[in-house]
Amino acid sequence: MSTSALSERIAAYAGRPEDLIQVLQLVQEELGYVPEEMEERVADALGVSIGRVHGVVTFYHLFRTHPAGRHTIRLCLGTACHVLGADRILAAIEEALRVSVGDTTDDGLFSLDVVRCLGTCSLAPVMMVDEDVYGRLTPERVLGVLRTYAKREGRSG
Amino acid sequence: MSARELLVCSGTACRSAGAVEVHRRLATAVAESGLQDEVLLVETGCMGPCAKGPVLRVMPDDVLYTEVRPEDADEIVREHLVGGRVVRRLLWAEEAVSPSDLPFFAHQRKNVLANSGAIDPGRIDSYEARGGYDALKRALTEMTPEGIIEAVTESGLRGRGGAGFPTGRKWRFTYDAPGETKYVVCNADEGDPGAFMDRAILEGDPHAVIEGMAIAARAIGAERGYVYVRAEYPLAISRLKVALEQARERAWLGADVLGTGFAFDIEVRIGAGAFVCGEETALLASIEGRRGAPRPRPPFPAQSGLYGRPTLINNVETLANVRTILRDGVEVYSAVGTESSKGTKVFALAGQVRHTGLVEVPIGTTLRELVFDIGGGVPAGRELKAIQIGGPSGGCLPAELLDVPIDYESLTEHGAIMGSGGVIVLDDTACMVSVARFFLDFTASESCGKCVPCRVGIPTMRDILVRITDGEGTLEDLDRLKELAGLVKSTALCGLGQTAPNPVLSTLRHFEDEYLAHIEDRICPSGVCEALASSYAIDPEACRACDQCAKVCPTGAARGTPGEPPYAIDQALCIRCGACFKACPFGAVMRGAGS
Repeated sequence: MSTSALSERIAAYAGRPEDLIQVLQLVQEELGYVPEEMEERVADALGVSIGRVHGVVTFYHLFRTHPAGRHTIRLCLGTACHVLGADRILAAIEEALRVSVGDTTDDGLFSLDVVRCLGTCSLAPVMMVDEDVYGRLTPERVLGVLRTYAKREGRSG
Repeated sequence: MSARELLVCSGTACRSAGAVEVHRRLATAVAESGLQDEVLLVETGCMGPCAKGPVLRVMPDDVLYTEVRPEDADEIVREHLVGGRVVRRLLWAEEAVSPSDLPFFAHQRKNVLANSGAIDPGRIDSYEARGGYDALKRALTEMTPEGIIEAVTESGLRGRGGAGFPTGRKWRFTYDAPGETKYVVCNADEGDPGAFMDRAILEGDPHAVIEGMAIAARAIGAERGYVYVRAEYPLAISRLKVALEQARERAWLGADVLGTGFAFDIEVRIGAGAFVCGEETALLASIEGRRGAPRPRPPFPAQSGLYGRPTLINNVETLANVRTILRDGVEVYSAVGTESSKGTKVFALAGQVRHTGLVEVPIGTTLRELVFDIGGGVPAGRELKAIQIGGPSGGCLPAELLDVPIDYESLTEHGAIMGSGGVIVLDDTACMVSVARFFLDFTASESCGKCVPCRVGIPTMRDILVRITDGEGTLEDLDRLKELAGLVKSTALCGLGQTAPNPVLSTLRHFEDEYLAHIEDRICPSGVCEALASSYAIDPEACRACDQCAKVCPTGAARGTPGEPPYAIDQALCIRCGACFKACPFGAVMRGAGS
């Protein structure tokens, strides 16, 4: 979607401050994150202060203020995952990708996020890559999963 | 009509284990065998035994296959569907052909989950064929709003989201509140780590929630409803949206339902990742497009909720119960359960338990039945240490309390809560101080920051736990913890803060010896706390001689020959830095508890 098309869609919410979160979700869906200049544009369109927009963006974990990688890894750190060794999975990902939580790899391939619970506790430890769930992770298996994504990108790119 | 149904579980867990491919291969095999008119292939919601996925069931033969791989599809079609012979190697256990032959299912009583795993959640016909929307029809044509509220009150249904407030009373308050415009809100912001029943209900039987909301709307006089669902559940969101569209097409939702003049429609609002939004006033703030900060009650949402209007907020599972009360009648419904807690409860079993998954039992079932008879107990060679129930607001119960019945009062009496139904089983490898610290890390980072007791009190408690797990705790710390816990509990603004001390209080109550071991003896009895580790060793069974430990070991203590397991650690050289523990890809390095 072009920037002007996105602006048009945002404009459709004019005067509806209650739809702020939905509009920000729309922005993130299109751009992968919520750039600072978009906060301003959204504020203008909905008739709310930039402060309120920024407050919402920074309150909710799922809004990004920096560009995301092509794939987003969401590693679950919920209770079941925790007791079954999620910290070792995290260490393995951080080391293999040389990335820390909240950041994106230098090649722009992966962003690494941790989440509170993916609700797939029966397969703990669990992560999602984009919308796909991978369960019963071991440090070995997680590296295998990441390699398949990297390989696929290598082929297509 | 097809002679046979092939039900393929397509819940999140089974999908991630390969159910989509299994379904595709089955469809091809069915078509190749020319059976497409005799066999109906159905993608269902969760069947429960997530650890055994992908699972599928052949009806009406009632045969359950587990851990099915795509390459098994041809054999299932050839042997079972064509040849009429059960494929024994794909059964859960020898001679356990039907679900009812397995303790996992035999000890359950499915009411809310009756449709999940049995119908196609993507087809409203499938729901209607099993009596779907009959309860709404009754509510609209045979009952008054007062009568509906009375039935729900008499059923004894209590809120399944955590606190267990009587549902009928909540409906009554909202009904009585003055105002033309009222709202029904479904809380599907299932945030407790370890809970996934609401996800499963939305994925497996979304119409049950829609029907429950419509009945509630009829009862309290609402024309608009919202489902607030967390963004982490993409499959649940898409199935809910499909179901809403179909319900509108069939006019179960809309301007004039069944020609009765009843108007009601539902919008979906997707969360943006904030645990506190499970708290009802924070949830409403979020629907209004604001930061999800709670506000003091009263006024309760029943008086002044969404946009200042009277608002009924119920959780997914609560709403899914409603239609069964109207369908079966109050007497049948309330015959299940205990004196003070009626009906069934869905639990999510996870952690160190053999049969992880989703189960439903009558309220009053004991923890033992839940964890051992249904869950199969802890993995071989381990011992049960504790059952964490109720998430970050709940507590840890020790193995000695296995015979406690699961109901709201009994669990509270022992320091846990029913909560939303997440049950995490902990075996003897778990450190209870670390578990308490884990939950406070969670609540500290999820606190919205509005009130001081939560914003400052919880991190202060967490810091004490960090000291203890780092081997720097003192006995005074325990008193300080208890004092702070009492303060936060009694002064925090909302449920998040008020219940946050529970994991600490319950572990102090039932596992004080572990705290004392950390403080007085500087030992972590389970070998979890890195700072207290006294030795490292390699499990010869788990070692695969990958050489990773030797590569990172700074003193050359970890060594062996690549490709020739096992490696070993020379205790005389080991400086207990823990590098090998972190590096091992197979979890073969064990931390010793020390002496």
